[in-house]
Amino acid sequence: MEIAFVLEKFILVTIIFAISLVIAMYSTYAERKVAAFLQDRLGPDRAGPFGILQPLADGVKMFMKEEIVPTNSNKWLFMVGPGLAMLTACIGTAVIPWGTAIQIGERVIPLQVTDINVGLLYIFGVVSLGVYGVMIGGWASNNKYSLLSAIRAASQNISYEIAMGLSIIALLLVSGTLSLKEIVEQQHGWHWNVIYQPIGFILFLICAFAETNRAPFDLPECETELIGGYHTEYSSMKLGFYLFAEYINMFVSSAVIASLYFGGYNYPGMDWVLQHTGTTIGPLIGTLVFFIKIFAFIFFFMWVRWTIPRFRYDQLMHLGWKVLIPLAIANIIVTGVVIAIIEKF
Amino acid sequence: MEPLTNKKKVLAQKPLTFAERMYLPAITKGLSITISHFFKKEATIRYPEVEREFSTNWRGMHSLKRDEEGRERCTACGLCALSCPAEAITMIAAERKPEEKHLYREEKYAAMYEINMLRCIFCGLCEEACPKEAIYLDGPIVPSDYLRKDFIYGKDKLVEAPLTLK
Repeated sequence: MEIAFVLEKFILVTIIFAISLVIAMYSTYAERKVAAFLQDRLGPDRAGPFGILQPLADGVKMFMKEEIVPTNSNKWLFMVGPGLAMLTACIGTAVIPWGTAIQIGERVIPLQVTDINVGLLYIFGVVSLGVYGVMIGGWASNNKYSLLSAIRAASQNISYEIAMGLSIIALLLVSGTLSLKEIVEQQHGWHWNVIYQPIGFILFLICAFAETNRAPFDLPECETELIGGYHTEYSSMKLGFYLFAEYINMFVSSAVIASLYFGGYNYPGMDWVLQHTGTTIGPLIGTLVFFIKIFAFIFFFMWVRWTIPRFRYDQLMHLGWKVLIPLAIANIIVTGVVIAIIEKF
Repeated sequence: MEPLTNKKKVLAQKPLTFAERMYLPAITKGLSITISHFFKKEATIRYPEVEREFSTNWRGMHSLKRDEEGRERCTACGLCALSCPAEAITMIAAERKPEEKHLYREEKYAAMYEINMLRCIFCGLCEEACPKEAIYLDGPIVPSDYLRKDFIYGKDKLVEAPLTLK
């Protein structure tokens, strides 16, 4: 393990961490702006030009608030909850390939923190861990609404994880690998997986909404029934962490969707661009394209939130177990049969 | 009985068709509706910087008018106070002295004229009652304040600014 390697990875981790935090910060601003524009309003525009400093103002507000720990709560778990939510949201970014390797001088630096050959399984593991933050927070609050919300979150995540996993299996049949890097590499140019797996993509997208607790599946935090859900008892930056974790989750799942189904850093005409811009700038353009795709998906998340009303709990379970899972299994079978036929002839 | 409006609609609870149960067509339709609003002009007016124009019959804060020579028109007849349904107007009349001829148009004038803005309902009856065309509700919105006593507006706030000499 040479020093340069450690340094390189350290810088990369820091950059990715900083980027995901900044994106989460400005997602809160973007959410309010998008909501406003979709409703013929203006949105925040007082802090700085166009309200650009609004996230900072919100952050300062969060830090300044009084921190309240309920008397009968489990103090230790009450503190662990938000931290865990934040941690599990952040570590998902480790296996996402942000771009092809860039060449600086003699050194080739891959724009991925670690290319483990079970990257996809890792993502799934992290996603299923994500519910622990919500569950522990809901349990430790010692509040019936929080507990109800925690139960909802747990059952919802378990139900939709199955459909999500099954929709990915069809993708694995096509790509034949679990490494995110290889999956992205296979989608060179315009050969994006969404063309081969449209049903799988729609299933994965729906499940991603459920996994990130976003509308129309935001049952764990519905204000009308559960007065905010698992973070009812939280105040100050602990609440901030929960809200923040949700936006980081949104960013990570947008990145996963973009790299699994929309080619990651691949775009039509990338070879030509790579030839004309060299090995340092070229990959960075790919990374830029990847981020544009991510932003498009984040916008889509917000767009859907302000369009579709929340599902009822029984509708949610019905959709998860009776519609998405059978569809995902059918998708696997059809994909398998088609692949077998193609290989045979 | 004949229905008074044509708004009555009989709701039929048909079971959803397959296309409806798919949700996705309806969702895409909803998404297209919301995105069309994304590009529409927003209805918001940035208030402190931009103020919406009042309509022509808007009734705002009162002002006591002056005539073309800059003299106060009010003659303290008390008709406005009498007509006021909210009893918001109080005044004390005084006799004009010879040397004050350039200040007041009539021989009698209002030495004190107060309107309690918390009582006032901005009905405009004082405006209608005034025989001298001395009071009009043509001002802006009455600003907010902290103390009740600050809502009793005297002549200092009500009388129009004196004419500037050309």
